[in-house]
Amino acid sequence: MLILGIESSCDETAAAVVKDGKTILSSVVSSQIEVHNPYGGVVPELASRKHIEAIAPVVKEAITESGININQLDAIAATRGPGLIGSLLVGFSFAKAYAFALGIPWTGVNHLEGHINSVFLGPESPSFPFIALLVSGGHTSLYYVKSHIEFQLLGQTRDDAAGEAFDKVAKMLGLGYPGGIVISSLAEKGDPEKIKFPRAYLPSTPLDFSFSGLKTSVNRYIQINENYKDHVPDIAAGFQESVVDVLSKKVLSAANQKGCDQVAIVGGVAANKKLRERIKNDASRKGISVYIPSIELCGDNGAMIAAAGYHYIKKGIFSELDCDVYSRVNKKIQK
Amino acid sequence: MKNFTKSIITNSPEETQNLGIKIGKLVECGTVIALTGDLGSGKTAFVQGLARGLEISEDYYITSPTFTIINEYPGRCRLFHVDLYRVNDPEELENIGLIDIVNGIGVTAIEWADLLPDNFIQNHLTLRIVRVDDTSRELSFFSYGHKIEELINKIVL
Repeated sequence: MLILGIESSCDETAAAVVKDGKTILSSVVSSQIEVHNPYGGVVPELASRKHIEAIAPVVKEAITESGININQLDAIAATRGPGLIGSLLVGFSFAKAYAFALGIPWTGVNHLEGHINSVFLGPESPSFPFIALLVSGGHTSLYYVKSHIEFQLLGQTRDDAAGEAFDKVAKMLGLGYPGGIVISSLAEKGDPEKIKFPRAYLPSTPLDFSFSGLKTSVNRYIQINENYKDHVPDIAAGFQESVVDVLSKKVLSAANQKGCDQVAIVGGVAANKKLRERIKNDASRKGISVYIPSIELCGDNGAMIAAAGYHYIKKGIFSELDCDVYSRVNKKIQK
Repeated sequence: MKNFTKSIITNSPEETQNLGIKIGKLVECGTVIALTGDLGSGKTAFVQGLARGLEISEDYYITSPTFTIINEYPGRCRLFHVDLYRVNDPEELENIGLIDIVNGIGVTAIEWADLLPDNFIQNHLTLRIVRVDDTSRELSFFSYGHKIEELINKIVL
């Protein structure tokens, strides 16, 4: 089954063609194809309505790269939420119209479920059930994954996402925004034990996360220590250590609670080298296997939406033309 | 047009949140609240309270909108939680559809509102949060428009 997946929930406009929810025939992300943008120039970071300019060229590129003819498509999947309404509407409406014109079914996919399904696009994938840690600029959540489309939310951030904390700390240190990647490379030169930043374990809801206090604590450190510029790598390393400690402990604690011996790490921050190493190390000591998608599938992409969409379609979950997008999900994950 | 100001001190994040709850209960649909204050001053904590006052279900965690820019929640009035931290250029305000939102029927809370061009919003409440020490904050309310003055009088007795 050939599925066209479309993603436009935040900054990226992305499209991909995926076979049987497993094999990527093409995957195009707008920020990576600036040179092909017929409107010229760089696609602005805050795409939202600018998604309108990117969507047609991105889908066209995905179809061309896949080598298929559009009439071979069996269905279309598009991100329905959560995200920025104005941005979601572009990909979602495009998918509706495209499917309607081709006379094929289409389905609206939860962005977070898309990320979880990204782990099935690699050579090795977990078997059900497993624990998934979704960690990105906009989300930090733990799920008990029962099937491709059945998830139980175990915990989530109460304030900032982990990726957001990375980006904000980078800006505080004068490293630009977004600067999560800069923090990780600087941290490699620093001593993670030199400055101890707080870790929020939240005893009453131990699988929830909180990174707002950590961000504030780094900010205070910078304000109090005038000479902080002399040891930026140590600050970066101490900060990263705090985030990685909390993420690794909580994902393994979730696995322990649910009796799972497999965990998956997905989302943009799953590309962080230190996080990948730490969780793999900590997990191996407990006999837990770790699955992490390739770096290009960690960030937002269309392939993960096509992969999740394939399982929706297989189960007969289709969307109607009056189906709408949504900004937020509550604790009972929305279908 | 700024013509009326009152201040209050809160001594913990919970107190800031409780003030948000109080305002959420009092505020009329359509009101815009512009929030200014440093990283970690408690802008998001305030909005978490505001959301409860607007009767948004506890099943929704009110999380930072920095990445998504606008988070929407259903409640007594719809809450639009906006964060301009990532906005670099006034043109982007149009791209995210902010004009439609501030002129709409929901309650809009805008973090990093100091990035807005002058006169972008006509009638609104500005709340400036300033750190006093680790736990205490000074919250100053500024009214832009007559109705807002009445609201401030109800908030700060």
